[in-house]
Amino acid sequence: MLVIETDAHHKMIEDAVNSFPDECCGFMLGEEDKDENRTITEILVVDNSKEGDRTRRFEISPKDYLRAEQLAVDKNLTLLGIYHSHPNHPAIPSEHDRKAAQPFFSYVIISVLNNEFVALRSWRLNDLEQFDEESVKNFSFT
Amino acid sequence: MATVIIPTPLRKFTNNTTRLQVNAGNVGDTIREITINFPDLKKHLLDEEGGVRSFLNIFIGNDDIRDLQNEKTPVKDDTIISIVPAIAGGKENSSSPLK
Repeated sequence: MLVIETDAHHKMIEDAVNSFPDECCGFMLGEEDKDENRTITEILVVDNSKEGDRTRRFEISPKDYLRAEQLAVDKNLTLLGIYHSHPNHPAIPSEHDRKAAQPFFSYVIISVLNNEFVALRSWRLNDLEQFDEESVKNFSFT
Repeated sequence: MATVIIPTPLRKFTNNTTRLQVNAGNVGDTIREITINFPDLKKHLLDEEGGVRSFLNIFIGNDDIRDLQNEKTPVKDDTIISIVPAIAGGKENSSSPLK
């Protein structure tokens, strides 16, 4: 289960819509309990550093990755995953997503159709290096 | 001994250890030494020829080792090495209709 705090949820969707028709990307930070339930409390928006067609590809620079790891240390949180958008495309990981995916991380994909948010889904690699979908809950702590 | 910072997604293979102390002469040997102690890391760090995987980024401080001497970059006792996984992806080549 991936619980996304409301502000974090809004921040990711806002980035996905504002970046349309390009893909957006960023980091998700939060906490994980002993049953691997994850709560996302913090989002780090970063530039899509892909050179070339950013409407169907994203890339995060190593320096932004290091920044995310440092933010996790500074805030005593865990770097739990990556989000990115699929403009005019379902929130389903591509083969390219799978090949580039890291273990442990949750991969949130946000589908955007013509500047409108459509869906947000999350995926994690299993031991066979295939994606399994994980359930997502948008949650407010107020 | 040099210090190697393990990135979050690979810590499950190092018993959640964040920093490893490694005694080796250069960056390539340092990475290979880690895979001896933590064999599950091998496929994530090394290619089939035993070299550091090309899509892995290795930094010493703020410097990418590709801008230094790559795998042959010497390490000292106070060297801090960061392993940085390449983060990338994107939708299928041909756009599928949403509805």
